[in-house]
Amino acid sequence: MTLASGQKKDKLDRLSELAAVRDDEQGVSLWRDAFRRLRRNPAAIVGAAILLLFVLVAIVGPFLVPYDPAAQIGVQQGVVRSGAGIIPGPSSDHWLGYDHQGRDEFSRLIAGSRQTLIVGVVSTVIGLTVGVLLGGLSGAAAGLGGRWGRWVDNVLMRIVDMLLSVPSLLLAVSFAAILGPSPATVMIAVGAVSVPVFARLLRGSMIAQANRDYVLAATSLGVGRGRIAISHVVPNSLAPVIVQATLTLATAIIEVAALSFLGLGSQVLGQPEWGLMLAEAQRYLGVRPALAIYPAVAIIITAFGFTLLGEAMREALDPKLRK
Amino acid sequence: MALLDVEDLSVTFRRRGQRTVHAVDGVSFSVDAGEVVALVGESGCGKSVTSLALMGLLPRRGAQVGGSANFDGTELLALDQRSMRDIRGKDVAMIFQDPLSSLNPVIPIGIQVTEVLVRHRGMSGDAARKEAANLLDRVGIPDPRRRLKEYPHQLSGGMRQRALIAIAVACQPRLLIADEPTTALDVTIQAQILELLKELVRDSNTALIMITHDLGVVAGMCDMINVLYAGRVVESARRKELFAAPRHPYTVGLLRSIPRLDVGRGEKLTPIRGSVRDVLPWSEGCAFAPRCDRRIDASIGEPPPMVPTHTGHSYRCVNPVPVEEKA
Amino acid sequence: MFRFIVRRLLLLIPTLFGLSILLFVWLHRLPGGPETAILGERGTPEMRAQIRRSLGLDEPLLMQYGRFMKRLLQLDLGTSISTKREVTTEFIQRFPGTVELTITAMVIAIGVGIPLGYLAARRSGSILDHASVGGSLLGTCIPIFFLAYVLKAVFAEWLGWFPAIGRQDSSIDATHPTNFFVLDGLLTREWDAAADAIWHLILPGLALASIPFAILVRITRASVLEVLGEDFVRTAEAKGLTERVVRRRHVLRNAMLPVATSIGLLTGLLLSGAVLTETVFGFSGIGLFLYEAISNRDYPVLQGFILLIAVIFTLVNLAVDVSYSLIDPRVRVR
Repeated sequence: MTLASGQKKDKLDRLSELAAVRDDEQGVSLWRDAFRRLRRNPAAIVGAAILLLFVLVAIVGPFLVPYDPAAQIGVQQGVVRSGAGIIPGPSSDHWLGYDHQGRDEFSRLIAGSRQTLIVGVVSTVIGLTVGVLLGGLSGAAAGLGGRWGRWVDNVLMRIVDMLLSVPSLLLAVSFAAILGPSPATVMIAVGAVSVPVFARLLRGSMIAQANRDYVLAATSLGVGRGRIAISHVVPNSLAPVIVQATLTLATAIIEVAALSFLGLGSQVLGQPEWGLMLAEAQRYLGVRPALAIYPAVAIIITAFGFTLLGEAMREALDPKLRK
Repeated sequence: MALLDVEDLSVTFRRRGQRTVHAVDGVSFSVDAGEVVALVGESGCGKSVTSLALMGLLPRRGAQVGGSANFDGTELLALDQRSMRDIRGKDVAMIFQDPLSSLNPVIPIGIQVTEVLVRHRGMSGDAARKEAANLLDRVGIPDPRRRLKEYPHQLSGGMRQRALIAIAVACQPRLLIADEPTTALDVTIQAQILELLKELVRDSNTALIMITHDLGVVAGMCDMINVLYAGRVVESARRKELFAAPRHPYTVGLLRSIPRLDVGRGEKLTPIRGSVRDVLPWSEGCAFAPRCDRRIDASIGEPPPMVPTHTGHSYRCVNPVPVEEKA
Repeated sequence: MFRFIVRRLLLLIPTLFGLSILLFVWLHRLPGGPETAILGERGTPEMRAQIRRSLGLDEPLLMQYGRFMKRLLQLDLGTSISTKREVTTEFIQRFPGTVELTITAMVIAIGVGIPLGYLAARRSGSILDHASVGGSLLGTCIPIFFLAYVLKAVFAEWLGWFPAIGRQDSSIDATHPTNFFVLDGLLTREWDAAADAIWHLILPGLALASIPFAILVRITRASVLEVLGEDFVRTAEAKGLTERVVRRRHVLRNAMLPVATSIGLLTGLLLSGAVLTETVFGFSGIGLFLYEAISNRDYPVLQGFILLIAVIFTLVNLAVDVSYSLIDPRVRVR
């Protein structure tokens, strides 16, 4: 073997070092890799910016509003008489005018972000928790196999099928009707709609993960089933669930509005919420259509932010698109 | 003049936000009618890209093709899409690696065979179906009439590859390119498919470019062998000469990685160190140098030239393996 | 093939069984119980007790469920509180309107969504691609009832191009043998009536089409992109086939498979959306009646309609799966 000497040897060493570093980079975890691709995607940046703004407004907004969003100033001052079709529009004091009860529309829109966020997040968390429990149990049971495992999986999946057999809004309507009017009703009803989606998703990806070679390898090395599930299968199956949760937040906000429109919404006393504002404004479309447009635009932009980010995350995590 | 003359072929991939890749970097070789020429190398050496470039099948966006490929007087690389479509499948045909994914899963085999006949031989209806059955019969598919109505997933792996070969030879092409035609198949089927290809080439005087990473495949049937490394031909020789007296260390390495019966039990197989990713850009010396045991100072600095010998054997190495020290 | 359908039908049984339990529980969990639903907040304790007895609510739960099931199997879903007519009759009378509306929406969504998705994929990375993907994402974020109001305000009330409410102009005195107004017009050769019915379908159809349209654009685009990268498309190109044949026979045919499966799911979205759209446009179908049932707390209607919709939705999905097995030979054999 002839050894290369001096400068040239250094150069070679450097080159192989470079190659090694490149290898490491390709081996970085799924998450860091996905995050890097996410940062390069303009859609993700726009979505994240919208969400950041939304959350910021939801946190600090209610403290900064010019008027109490529940105070019927317009009625007290006698400028608003919605029965007679008098709801004044924007002025220098009231940037977006009054609503039908004489409350300051701008203050309600800003303050409404908080309740909208809470309702959206809580209903998604409800759907996520129940769905992940059902799907996780089902996936684990299917993974364990045996007559018992398959039986559990079958029963759980029939329950999920049942929930899926009712179109989403009607499922929410059913739950809302069963539960009767209360502030929690809307959140549970909207959450229930996403339960089967999360359950199916998690079960599907768990079964797919369980059939991967690395799980087989770990099993053959004698690693316990529980350890494999906790350290390999669950973390890898969670990615699609998190993506779905982001997208569900968007649909949850829209479905809350739809339930309110159907007269099944309910209000936490004194707390404005966009869906409810939009639904209430429908009655005054002839007088002041803008009252519907403000909350509608707020809902659309927010839902769009969640959707953009969710879709970008899905793309970033999709192994097929990774190159 | 040869049927196909490839001169200084180069393919560069340029993608926004990614480094430019010289997948093929000045490859030259030629193929005569009835001759079997092999392009051999590890994955990523540019052998498949070479074949796709000849077929005009590289993505239009991002791939830049240079050099020339003269096919019986026609410059393939200069043809527009329309004229290329007239040649593809008729004069130049290709057999792909994975027969399952290379066949359309939702269309019966019959249509996938007849559509070439309809396109290039102006056949239609019954005539096309009859000819398709003949073709399937010729490539050794039993009960061809029934098979025509079946879908790819209903055929075995070997049958699928036979069907793909039937499609490729349907119009009696003058040049056939087979890209790893046996890699996805069982060993016993591999031999049958190679035998079939040999037969077809012998019977119809077709030129065949055989693309493979497996020197074992090459040993039985190729006349001329080109060994590729990192987008360049590093050694080119007639089969017997290459196996008897390989000169490039990479070729020697490839030969040594094949298990052989005539080597004593005690001797180990000697794999090539490292992987294809440990390359030096050709502009800075020999791309194989980082993995090479015979590298010397002259290996690095400037690209080694192709050294011809009087027997038509040529190699790209500044410190070639001496002839006596054969594998 | 036949066994596939039978298996799917058998799988339907546990689903419907579970659904019936859910509905039964619902009946019992109603605020104040069904007697309140019938009597309203009025009614003396004696009257309530009598109704409970007459409804058999004093019997053991299992027996009650048995009777509930028996009625269910006879398609007896009770009577509407507000109209005093059988729930099944109300459903059958209103269902055609919803069918017409959902078909209109589906035709719009498929007719525009699939070609647009295909073009976006062929020119992936172009402005058209970005615009259609961005637009379809935005489309899913617009509450349907808001979109319906906007369409109604602009095209019906402001520009006056389309009628604002109803299924047919009241001045048209048409006969309705089938209750499918468009079909009726064609059957009785009252062309004006048919045209007017179609005219009434356009705005609500557009509003309802928005979400399935957005979804179809994206599914088609993703599917075409995936197929374009498949080996068999490369094989087709290597055969020298004309671009038209490659596109139609090899790209489109395979790309349509995932699109076809999504049609079943879209039906669910359409049925959900129909409730909202029909309400905005005063379009008489099951959706509008459901909305009224919600406002009137007409629980038998709510319950019965949701059960019937679930059955129809499940049957549509079954039909989609069966027809899918016809276009994809790989499913057929199993």
